[in-house]
Amino acid sequence: MGKLRFMQGNEAMTEGAIAAGARFYAGYPITPSTEVAETSAARLPRAGGLYIQMEDELGSMAALIGAVCAGKKAYTATSGPGLSLMSENLGVAVMGEIPCVVIDVQRSGPSTGMATKPAQGDVMQARWGTHGDHSVIALAPSSVQDCFDLMITAFNYAETYRTPVIFLADEIIGHLKERVMLRDPDEIRVVERTGPACAPEKYLPYDHSNGLAPLASYGGKYVFKVNGSMHDEAGRPCTSPRNADRVIRHLSEKIESHAEELTITREFRMDDAEYVVVAYGGTVRAALSAMEKARARGIRAGVLQLVTVWPAAEKEIGSAMLRAKAVIVPELNLGQYIDVIRLRNSRGIPVVGVNRVDGRPIEPADITAKIEEVSESCCRTIC
Amino acid sequence: MLQDYLLKEKMPHFWCSGCGNGIVLQSLLRNVDKQKWSRENTVVVTGIGCWGKADDYVRTNTFHGTHGRALAFATGIKLANPGLNVIALMGDGDGITIGGNHLIHAARRNADVTAIMVNNLNYGMTGGQYSGTTPKHAITKTSPYGHVEKGFDVCGVVRAAGAPFVARGTVFDVVQLNRLVELALLHRGFSFVEVISPCPTHFGRSNRMPSAPAMMQWIKDRTVPAAKAQAMSREDLCGKFVTGVFEDREQEDYSTAYQRVIDGLKGEK
Repeated sequence: MGKLRFMQGNEAMTEGAIAAGARFYAGYPITPSTEVAETSAARLPRAGGLYIQMEDELGSMAALIGAVCAGKKAYTATSGPGLSLMSENLGVAVMGEIPCVVIDVQRSGPSTGMATKPAQGDVMQARWGTHGDHSVIALAPSSVQDCFDLMITAFNYAETYRTPVIFLADEIIGHLKERVMLRDPDEIRVVERTGPACAPEKYLPYDHSNGLAPLASYGGKYVFKVNGSMHDEAGRPCTSPRNADRVIRHLSEKIESHAEELTITREFRMDDAEYVVVAYGGTVRAALSAMEKARARGIRAGVLQLVTVWPAAEKEIGSAMLRAKAVIVPELNLGQYIDVIRLRNSRGIPVVGVNRVDGRPIEPADITAKIEEVSESCCRTIC
Repeated sequence: MLQDYLLKEKMPHFWCSGCGNGIVLQSLLRNVDKQKWSRENTVVVTGIGCWGKADDYVRTNTFHGTHGRALAFATGIKLANPGLNVIALMGDGDGITIGGNHLIHAARRNADVTAIMVNNLNYGMTGGQYSGTTPKHAITKTSPYGHVEKGFDVCGVVRAAGAPFVARGTVFDVVQLNRLVELALLHRGFSFVEVISPCPTHFGRSNRMPSAPAMMQWIKDRTVPAAKAQAMSREDLCGKFVTGVFEDREQEDYSTAYQRVIDGLKGEK
């Protein structure tokens, strides 16, 4: 049945990570993600796991990666400025194909910005923060229940695709307190690392010719090389043009070719929606409220929630745009994701943003006003 | 056998003639062999730079990460599985310059990791720029008029930060180096060995020691055993490499201490 609790998003993320089998946390405290660290410090040793507070975010991300190579499921939590620092070793996790989860409870930026104010300014940092070509998976929770459930999904994605997953939360959800069902182990599906089955001398940690190569753990029966530099199938340095091309394309394609399985979306009153609000994270809550208000005024509004922010939900965004008269994209930034949506705008319908960067959350009224504005303008155009 | 730990597929190695890295690698692998550490249970973690390429030639588990972070990766590996033998190989760039913060905290934190820092007094891989250990007045590609900064006394830093085992050797005295590496491997807790090593290609050539023997002689001339150094003045020791064991004491390592916390919580929900 699970346990019904009243808790903060940040706390529920920790519970979700432990439920997913994570037993290692390395991090550096930063507002507004700190409660993830605090809850982890208290909860992990009770679960036989380990919490370590490293000297900075670079060290945190490194220790996390090391722990994964030694067989643990591991996670960390940070906020925008910390993610900037983690980006260096996030690249190692991408290149070394190390499964792990990085929680980013977004706050205002750039730089140290406003530490306690919500924002969604890391959408592009999550995608392109580390240098070089690669793909990434990012999930955005919109409720405390999401913080628990999606965290398990994040670990499952990480293990399945041997990749870091960004848990792209924001201050609204991280500090929101509401009811959450902490599900029992028999109610959740957890992907466990199986490790290779081949003879030890045959194991090649980066030979993906038969699907993704399983990741062994240091200390088992396999001896292997993990390499954050360009490497061949065995993990040895190899910079031949053919090999480099193979590896870089693989890092992107292993995720992009599974985009349909990876993209989670939620639709609210989309059946007859003429005005579609596309939203993610904490902003979804305002979008839903705005949708109801618009409906009450006779405007057919709907909401498409992007639970998976990266890779982009091509199919769902495309299909919403085929039916809609206009799309409204509320974001707590100046429009980082709106262009991703505009790219799928084959019919040339209006795609407009509702943006706030003043440290305050987007209000339902901000979105309702925009819905009304576009509906009137669309009506005028058609009449 | 030493050969069991040496990966020869990537040989000949890429280090310049006269480089000391091969001597240090041999000393390390001989000692790993002497301890009969299994390849499965041993992890060699490296940073970036000339010495950071050492993992290319090692047949144990290896981890090749980013510049300066070797100790942070090694910490995660060791704490996630305390049964592993974890060795971090760093140059002076990795160890004390870009990675200085990780080094002092690793020393304080006392995870059971062995760190072997090869100090060739400059950045060899990028072509001979100054590092955090380059001596004052030395000529490098980025101090063409003489270096205005002072280099770190790395062992002094690590010792002050609380490491329970700290030692310095040189590639000139291989007998001593072997002994220091062995003591470090056997020591439970964070152990640190600095190895003074020649870089004739860059440091030597810029400082009137373009040959390997000239650099070896230079190291030899500047080496002072710790016991002898005690009777010397601060002025006389300026620019010298004091060798020996500076710290060797028992101190509960991180994993043991944390396990006590976990055990103390058993039965509590």
